Amino acid sequence: MDNFDSTQNSLVSVHNLTFSRGEKKIFDDISLEIERGKITAIMGPSGTGKTTLLKVIGGQLFPAKGSVTVNGRNVHHLKRDELYTLRKRMGMLFQSGALLTDMNVFDNVAYPVREHTHLPESMIRSLVLMKLEAVGLRGARDLMPNELSGGMARRVALARAIALDPMMIMYDEPFTGQDPISMGALVLLIKSLNTTLGLTSIIVSHDVHETLAIADYIYVLSEGKVIGKGSPEEIKQSSSEWVQQFMNGAADGPVHFHYPAKEYMDDLLHSDKPFKPLSSRQRPPSDRHAKRKRYS
Amino acid sequence: MEFFRYLGAGTRESFTKLGRGSFFLISILAGISSVCVRPRLLLKQLHSVGVLSFLIITISGLFVGMVLGLQGFYILSRFGAEETLGVMVATSLVRELGPVVAALLFAGRAGSALTAEIGLMKATEQLSGMEMMAIDPIKRIISPRFLAGFLSMPLLAALFSAVGIIGGQMVGTGLLGVDDGAYWSQMQANLDFRGDIVNGVIKSIVFGFITSWIALFEGYDAIPTAEGVSRATTRTVVNSAFSILGLDFILTALMFGDN
Repeated sequence: MDNFDSTQNSLVSVHNLTFSRGEKKIFDDISLEIERGKITAIMGPSGTGKTTLLKVIGGQLFPAKGSVTVNGRNVHHLKRDELYTLRKRMGMLFQSGALLTDMNVFDNVAYPVREHTHLPESMIRSLVLMKLEAVGLRGARDLMPNELSGGMARRVALARAIALDPMMIMYDEPFTGQDPISMGALVLLIKSLNTTLGLTSIIVSHDVHETLAIADYIYVLSEGKVIGKGSPEEIKQSSSEWVQQFMNGAADGPVHFHYPAKEYMDDLLHSDKPFKPLSSRQRPPSDRHAKRKRYS
Repeated sequence: MEFFRYLGAGTRESFTKLGRGSFFLISILAGISSVCVRPRLLLKQLHSVGVLSFLIITISGLFVGMVLGLQGFYILSRFGAEETLGVMVATSLVRELGPVVAALLFAGRAGSALTAEIGLMKATEQLSGMEMMAIDPIKRIISPRFLAGFLSMPLLAALFSAVGIIGGQMVGTGLLGVDDGAYWSQMQANLDFRGDIVNGVIKSIVFGFITSWIALFEGYDAIPTAEGVSRATTRTVVNSAFSILGLDFILTALMFGDN
């Protein structure tokens, strides 16, 4: 853990990344190292662009500045087919599961295998059943995605993400909106997949307890900057007021309870311009505080 | 001043959208070759886009033809030319109403469904998920749907015209007493294959192309929320209708302008 910041053993290196959406800077010159075979968590409140970071790493979005290297290759300089070859080795678990709704669980897991290989159907069957067994859903192979609970859908998506035996998996908010039992199952699964398959895992999350329980290393993001990093122990002991607010789920602190606005009295007394709603692209996430409240 | 600002911003927005749409179209066309390797994808879409539109097209065609029969008979009989009812019904259907009305119905029935489907796939991250699995969603999802729409439209328009002609015949000869032989023989004698039928088919091919493109692009470009998808669906129907009617005028002027 001592030489963690050296790029020697890291699978993913993010260097001086700057990414903007419209006027707003989502990332402002951040650098991260994701070590091979470890679980690295990226934490921060909703709306800090954690999902965006995964999409930048996956090459779906292009940064304004900086570079992202995965397995020694700069993701944003690759040609299209090189990028696709790389992506076959990167699994991603979306928050919604992102299962294809017009095919059943079995076909969903088989989908990437059928697309990318020419294996005979009998072999695909064994492969898919093995992956489904790993997530405990071998018996659910004939169900359609709309018949699955949120937790099951995420586990099927996980089986699909490991179908091609990737070298890494990116988890986008794996614990959000799960009941305690599915949450426990997912925590266990992520941990055991990481150790048994030797995967490198990146977890993006704002669920403090679950993430601290399984992560080897944690980065805390806010306002486009890395404001804290270290092992779970180091993060818990962090002297940063901000990190403490996030870890303890305090409603007010360095991150204000109120969305930026003008003086309250001014606002009440003067009706200035007619109210103009923000377009949905600009609208701040409304559940920003509601989610954090769970820990207070 | 404010007005000009909005005008400028609106124009710019429209042109950027047109640009995005054109790039999208190029990648759809580039993806068509990979559809040929997987005909199963196309068959499935031909079913949902084409076959499932059969009913609405058939019923609408029948009624449009019947109304044409009634109205045509009313006017033609004033000049004692009831025998040419078949020509009138068939010409208006094959040249105009078949391609145009079938395309409008197609935009409402299949186009809106395509937009909603693609928009929801985007909202539920299915497209993004495919990309992360190194599967190009344009090739697997968009191109087969485009090709299906493009191939179905001329067939549906032909079906519409054919059923309409039968509807006209039912009313004209069954109800109003036009001679059956005259209805068909006049039609046969006066309808030109190249001038009428082929031009009608060209129209429906153009409409199929434009409607499928608009529907898929609006879905792909939709803001991935419930509101965004609903707006995109509305835009599909409205923009398709405008494009169909506008293009119909241009095509008609080009095809039939000089006779």
